[in-house]
Amino acid sequence: MKVQLKIQRFDPATQDKPVWGNYVAEVEDNGRVLDALHYVKWYLDGTLALRRSCGHGVCGSDAMVINGVNRLACKVLCKTLDQPVTVEPIRGLKVEKDLIVDMEPFFAGYRAVQPWLVPDDTDPGGRERLQSPEERARYDDTTKCILCAACTTSCPIFWGDDTYVGPAAIVNAHRFIFDSRDAGDRERLEILSAREGAFRCRTTFNCTEACPRGIKVTEAIQEVKRTILYRKV
Amino acid sequence: MSPAAGKTEPYHKTRYKGGGGMWSWILHRGTGLMVLGFLFLHILDTSLIGFGKHHYDTFVNIYKTAWFRPLEVLLIGAVIYHSMNGLRVILVDFWDRGVRYERQLSVAVNVVSLVMFVPSAFIMLKPIF
Ligand code: SF4
Ligand code: FES
Repeated sequence: MKVQLKIQRFDPATQDKPVWGNYVAEVEDNGRVLDALHYVKWYLDGTLALRRSCGHGVCGSDAMVINGVNRLACKVLCKTLDQPVTVEPIRGLKVEKDLIVDMEPFFAGYRAVQPWLVPDDTDPGGRERLQSPEERARYDDTTKCILCAACTTSCPIFWGDDTYVGPAAIVNAHRFIFDSRDAGDRERLEILSAREGAFRCRTTFNCTEACPRGIKVTEAIQEVKRTILYRKV
Repeated sequence: MSPAAGKTEPYHKTRYKGGGGMWSWILHRGTGLMVLGFLFLHILDTSLIGFGKHHYDTFVNIYKTAWFRPLEVLLIGAVIYHSMNGLRVILVDFWDRGVRYERQLSVAVNVVSLVMFVPSAFIMLKPIF
């Protein structure tokens, strides 16, 4: 099938403002937006810049604004979209070229919450730290994050202020805060109760709607907020 | 090769198609600012009494003119929406199942706001018609 595309083209080194580039791509009937973008890059205009890696919804490289909402280009079928399909870079981050943005403020927020397991002082005696299936289930939803930034860059608060740690960072903090083996809560909750932390969230639910992994992002954020309020970890 | 390939045109950012949650957030901000704006106006008009009854009366008479009515109706609408939506936000923040009922709560806010607003608007606008 033919897919009409309008892609935001912008090279800050040579242009002062972006333009729409119009293209018609040829993809299979079940072709995804990523296939259409490949067609453009491979056969029509090799200067188009985009990020992608796995091509199968696992690596989180190709979040973009597709027809006005954040989606992974590798997960959206062209046949489900109104044409022309508009493709823009995710918002709130500086565009480096075309669909590629500077992800640093996003990863700065991620690093800020210390997204690794902080063990307590007990010595497991050279063995693994055991956990019951129920304890594992407590944070299952937030383990699924692939750090694609679709949630954070759909958030109106983040658009206005990229020092807000953003939904993805809070999701990844949640993954450890509710892990029974983790002992780093105090510090994480401290960071998340700061001005740029969880309470910047105004529950617009854009993040939950945008997450390609179906993570209940807003719910996770609210759980973190209440944990900060009541310290009931 | 397609004929349209490579043709460019001026770029206008598309509007992000957020859901109901985003709109209620925008409305909450907007109505909040309206109420705040009125509050400032109100501080201004009451403080005029310090400069004499005459000044105060002139100002208050503006409020009584017919064209001011629709603005007051808007104000009451803003107060109603802001307070009802505020209750929803409190529930979503503090009630641990609030998030799951987000849709229903939003519908409830809109319905209750309308039910309160329509008769108030009617009562307020009736005298000027
Ligand atoms: S929570 Fe979802 S949308 Fe956000 S970064 Fe992780 S996978 Fe992407
Ligand atoms: S390319 Fe890896 S998630 Fe889309």
